[in-house]
Amino acid sequence: MVLVLALGDLHIPHRAPDLPAKFKSMLVPGKIQHIICTGNLSIKEVHDYLRTLCPDLHISRGEYDEDARYPETKTLTIGQFKLGLCHGHQVVPWGDLDSLAMLQRQLDVDILVTGHTHQFTAYKHEGGVVINPGSATGAYSNITYDVNPSFVLMDIDGLRVVVYVYELIDGEVKVDKIDFKKTTAPTHSAH
Amino acid sequence: MILTGIEDEDKWLAEGIASIRHNAFYMHRALEANNLRDALKCSALMLSELRTSKLSPHKYYDLYMRSFDELRKLEMFFKDESKHGVSIVDLYELVQHAGNIIPRLYLLCTVGSVYIKSKEAPARDVLKDLVEMCHGVQHPVRGLFLRTYLAQISRDKLLDLGSEYEGAKDTVMDAVEFVLQNFTEMNKLWVRMQHQGPVWVKEKLEKERSELCDLVGKNLHVLSQIEGVNLEIYRDTVLPRVLEQIVNCKDELAQCYLMDCIIQVFPDEYHLQTLETLLGACPQLQPTVDVKTVLSRLMARLSNYAASNADALPEFLQVEAFAKLSSAIGKVIETQVDMPIVGAIALYVSLLSFTLHVHPERLDYVDQVLGACVKKLSGKPKLEDIRAKKQIVALLSAPLEKYNDIVTALTLSNYPHVMDCLDDETNKVMAMVIIQSAMKNKTCISTADKVEVLFELIKGLIKDLDETAKDELDEEDFKEEQNSVARLIHMLYNDDSEEMLKIFWVVRKHIMAGGSQRLPFTVPPLIFSALRLVRKLQGQDGNVVGEEPVTPKKIFQLLNETIEALSSVSSPELALRLYLQCAEAANDCDLEPVAYEFFTRAFILYEEEVADSKAQVTALHLIIGALQRMNVFGVENRDTLTHKATGVIVLTYSIITVSCPCSFVPKTFTVSSFHLSFSFCQHSAKLLKKPDQCRAVYACSHLFWVDDQDGVKDGERVLLCLKRALRIANAAQQIANATRGCSGPVTLFVEILNKYLYFFEKGNPQITSGAIQGLIELITNEMQSDSTTPDPVSGAFLASTIRYIQFQKQKGGVMGEKFGPIKV
Repeated sequence: MVLVLALGDLHIPHRAPDLPAKFKSMLVPGKIQHIICTGNLSIKEVHDYLRTLCPDLHISRGEYDEDARYPETKTLTIGQFKLGLCHGHQVVPWGDLDSLAMLQRQLDVDILVTGHTHQFTAYKHEGGVVINPGSATGAYSNITYDVNPSFVLMDIDGLRVVVYVYELIDGEVKVDKIDFKKTTAPTHSAH
Repeated sequence: MILTGIEDEDKWLAEGIASIRHNAFYMHRALEANNLRDALKCSALMLSELRTSKLSPHKYYDLYMRSFDELRKLEMFFKDESKHGVSIVDLYELVQHAGNIIPRLYLLCTVGSVYIKSKEAPARDVLKDLVEMCHGVQHPVRGLFLRTYLAQISRDKLLDLGSEYEGAKDTVMDAVEFVLQNFTEMNKLWVRMQHQGPVWVKEKLEKERSELCDLVGKNLHVLSQIEGVNLEIYRDTVLPRVLEQIVNCKDELAQCYLMDCIIQVFPDEYHLQTLETLLGACPQLQPTVDVKTVLSRLMARLSNYAASNADALPEFLQVEAFAKLSSAIGKVIETQVDMPIVGAIALYVSLLSFTLHVHPERLDYVDQVLGACVKKLSGKPKLEDIRAKKQIVALLSAPLEKYNDIVTALTLSNYPHVMDCLDDETNKVMAMVIIQSAMKNKTCISTADKVEVLFELIKGLIKDLDETAKDELDEEDFKEEQNSVARLIHMLYNDDSEEMLKIFWVVRKHIMAGGSQRLPFTVPPLIFSALRLVRKLQGQDGNVVGEEPVTPKKIFQLLNETIEALSSVSSPELALRLYLQCAEAANDCDLEPVAYEFFTRAFILYEEEVADSKAQVTALHLIIGALQRMNVFGVENRDTLTHKATGVIVLTYSIITVSCPCSFVPKTFTVSSFHLSFSFCQHSAKLLKKPDQCRAVYACSHLFWVDDQDGVKDGERVLLCLKRALRIANAAQQIANATRGCSGPVTLFVEILNKYLYFFEKGNPQITSGAIQGLIELITNEMQSDSTTPDPVSGAFLASTIRYIQFQKQKGGVMGEKFGPIKV
């Protein structure tokens, strides 16, 4: 059982002062094995805070990030799954699942984690799963109205991943979960 | 010299102890034999050791304690008349025959104790006799210990006397009178001790003196324990007499100790009721006495009293505790002109703490304390002393911590004046404390007036206070400060749009004075806060109230001007992003000209300011992505902007390559796009790399196809974009061939293929399965050709794309039919 925290688009301090208190109290160091962050933290303080939760931190660059050295895309393997990470402002039209599926094919990953729209989605298609953890602070977005703060926790176990989404709605944290199973991976050509 | 003295002292002490033991031994023998005469003789000899003047108080104490223990046995013997056969009255007389005064008085006190208990004479008479007899010993050390003995052995009798049982008020007063007299004399002796030795041992002597303080203080303790001593007696007799002695002795050590003693030993209710008297003594104390510690302790005790007894609060008001303390402190500070500033401020900190504990709801009191502090500090140069600065920070932090709400602090009129007394650096520290308090308590500041006060308070962070002194601030610290201000801006909120707009103006006014370094931090949160308001107003469409309603248009105007300030201080990329955000928001408000204006400004920034190619790529994606979502533009405006976007990428291309002319001619060749292309030629140094151009161009294809119901669906232009992208990809391959001798990766082609598939699926009639087939073959050939280095990434990409096509084919239905002709 491997726990992966996926979150992003915090936009601290441009659009939000801080993570919601209820999220902060839930995110305790030492419980999570990996953190993947879609970007737009956007300051070093947030980076350092995430570091305290888990040393294995992966971040892709958002257009407001103070640190310009974060990569545009990143891929990593956790257990049986290959994950891809990209903020998403690079994929036009923004939030378009077919275009995101193209990126997924390009990165050749089972799970693509992307952000920018501040809207939680978890979408399964032929090539795999696209997950958008939304905005962890509920930051303003032109694309999504009435953003609720949200983040995702993935439990990767063998060929199965359970995606838990935590959303702060009217002051209460609501949890939902979605199951994905990976069919045994076909071997890729020309490696 | 002194060393020898100590060695000698030890020797004398040892001798004294030996002598006491020796005589005690024989005294015991006499007691066992019921031999009164011998017992008296031996005890007198024993007590002679206490006649010494060679020992320091510390060592004398040793002898005293041993004697004390022995005298207990003697006392037991005296009590039992059957053993010695002498009446207590006679015994009292008998012991006065002892030769020397010290042994005589110790023995007299011992008998006296028994005498009182026997009740054969009024206690008052015996006590009076004893306390006056002790006058005979005027040597400070010897006298002090003698009277200590008297106090010790009389203690339980006094408590009996003073209890409700024994008697009338008279007996209580007798007891009180006795103790007061003994106390007064003991204090005098104690004070005189410091003059005992030569000058060079003064310090040592003072130290030893201070160790004996409890001997004197014990008397006060006894007074507090006498049951019959009620408030009246305390107020009318005890306190005045004690204070009189304290003031008159003019000794710093004694005054300090005894004032503190009074405060600790007597109940808090008494202090409240005698506050004026007690405080009245303070200015009369020696200037070297640490009055502020005394007052602080008093206030601390009273605070605790208030904290643990809620029903005592009316009492505080009734005795006007605050006013009295306040005025006393004022007097002390006034009279002690040499008191360093840190001392005065510390006093105010204590008073403030008291006020916050006892009268938290009286903001006027709190403000008064701050005002007094301001008065003290005014006219003086800015504080230098670190401790004083720390005290001021403590003073200002106390209300924040107590009320957990900076809004309350904002109502204190003297608060900003105190802050003004700080130097710039400490001012900033305090400003950060204020912000952190607001963040911690999630305080919402909701009126423009309060925001004005707040921003005045934190002005040290908002702008450079002193124009000339631009101190080297650590970059990290500066960022932290500015980010804190940014976060604070999100705490300013009001549901009422008009008030919210007023708040914007106030904030804007302040941050605009911040200078170029600060604007990139402070402008964005203001912008987004404003955009949130715009969104809210959108929802209230039509429900406008008031004479001058707040409209999105008004806000966009404000935003435009604000972002302009940002773009003029070399944050063009940030300004560009903000312009696009505003454009999108204007789109949602159906404000076409406003949205157009924002896009124009974004383009201008792109052309003139964004130089770095990586930044250009990002900026392009943002422009294209935003433009793609716009639905407010009419055909002409949309075309103009779309041409600008493609032109910005494409025209560059047309300058540097010879082989492929630009075949994409804008259908409407407006003045603005001509202007744009001309100016862009001049900036041809800013070139995008081929792959970036290619990707930007195929991204533009989405500008011509929007999946909405009434979205544009121009299949031809989509295809033109994709074909252009292919040409650029080809050119990239050629360049790679020329420079490296082998073709570059075919990734770009696979990407374009995916885009073909995208539009094919969406039903663009211009994109045929044949075209797709052709593209697949082209890619496969490229990959298999000798000159191409195998690339696993492109390989995997192509494979997954093929898989996708197969998946679509197998779907059946309309999609399956569509994909049918494509052979993979």
